[in-house]
Amino acid sequence: MEIKVLGPGCAKCHALEANVKAAIQELGLNVEVNHVTDIKTIAEYGVFMTPGLVVDGVVKIVGKVATKEEIKKLLSK
Amino acid sequence: MDKATVIKQEVAPAAPVAVSVGGNSFRRKITYLSSGAALLAIWWLLYENLLSLSRLITYKVLSLHPETHLGAAVEFFIYETPKVLLLLTLVVFGVGVIRSFFTPERTRRILAGKRESAGHVLAGLLGVVTPFCSCSAVPLFMGFLAAGVPLGVTFSFLVAAPMVNEIALALLFELFGWKVALLYVGTGLSIAMITGVVIGRLRMEKHLEDWVVEITSRGITQPQAGLDDEHMDWEQRTRFGLDAVKEIVLKVWPYVTLGIAVGAGIHGYVPENFLAGIMGKEAWWAVPVAVLAGVPMYSNAAGIIPVVQALVQKGAAFGTVLAFMMAVIAISTPEAIILRKVLKPRLLGVFLGVVTVGIIIVGYLFNIVL
Repeated sequence: MEIKVLGPGCAKCHALEANVKAAIQELGLNVEVNHVTDIKTIAEYGVFMTPGLVVDGVVKIVGKVATKEEIKKLLSK
Repeated sequence: MDKATVIKQEVAPAAPVAVSVGGNSFRRKITYLSSGAALLAIWWLLYENLLSLSRLITYKVLSLHPETHLGAAVEFFIYETPKVLLLLTLVVFGVGVIRSFFTPERTRRILAGKRESAGHVLAGLLGVVTPFCSCSAVPLFMGFLAAGVPLGVTFSFLVAAPMVNEIALALLFELFGWKVALLYVGTGLSIAMITGVVIGRLRMEKHLEDWVVEITSRGITQPQAGLDDEHMDWEQRTRFGLDAVKEIVLKVWPYVTLGIAVGAGIHGYVPENFLAGIMGKEAWWAVPVAVLAGVPMYSNAAGIIPVVQALVQKGAAFGTVLAFMMAVIAISTPEAIILRKVLKPRLLGVFLGVVTVGIIIVGYLFNIVL
């Protein structure tokens, strides 16, 4: 599994990344989290509101800091 | 209270479950309203007594002398810091609640369906109330284009959003009265719309970076979920307001305190009318110099306005310092660098040029009117 947090480095993007990492840890998953800050790459995903979350190349969350629980639900599906 | 009890009794036998839920939400509403009222009362009491409190601390507790530079500076600082922070908290909360109605997603939907002329006005107004952090301005910009919002209208939005700032508005209203506040909003919106119209008329779409044109021509391919906007209840909107307070006030209080400290220094140590010569109305060149100095700088409105107030007290012309403030909050070097990634130099130049000239004109206007 591959997870990308999309966000040009604002407070909300860091908040989402922290929640993602916490969710992964609680689920005991071994995945790498990448933080994409390049605007062009973010736009290529069709994400125009940050932060965004991409799991295995599929955009899952746009423009919102998802909570740890929301992310856990999303990842365990 | 009697009424509530009666209703409960009447309905209870028929639908016990519904009533227990209804009663709960009723009680919650009462709790929310009463704690809100209590907080407001405490806020008001504090706010009203700040002046006497600050004098008590400065002259009795710290036993400074009222006639000294240090005494004046310390009183200013002790009075202004809690005052500005209290005001900021209330305004940010209020605006936060208003903003829960206007998500970027909704704003884009509204603008995408509008003709150009109406679009500029609407974009300016929506720029003021749509919540987004400065770092997502560029993705949002592309999202507007992808949704088919004209380039000029997108710029009206992009300029208005930082320029007409709710914090600046509240502080100007508090410190200088409604006329100044109104002039600020009116001129700020005008600059935003004019910038948008100019860029629209010049047909500068080809001056977007090629990859931006490429991506935005695909349209909106992903649902941009964002906040679950329109269907919030009042409890959620209150939450939204409180979150805004937490996020914004916690972020800006150091700037505010620093701004007030600088203001306090000016207040205590700079002699009266000292600035009249260099920043007064007679110095015609002061406005452009102030604006050009302010354009590359970045600070937020909450930090810059205490400085504005102190400068005005020492004889600086109002339009000059206000233009400086607008230049500082509307554009900055970091923002220009990010925009350069999506705009070719000529479009970036037109954008910066029109906004700068607009602010200079507003500076002169304020100096004439006030």
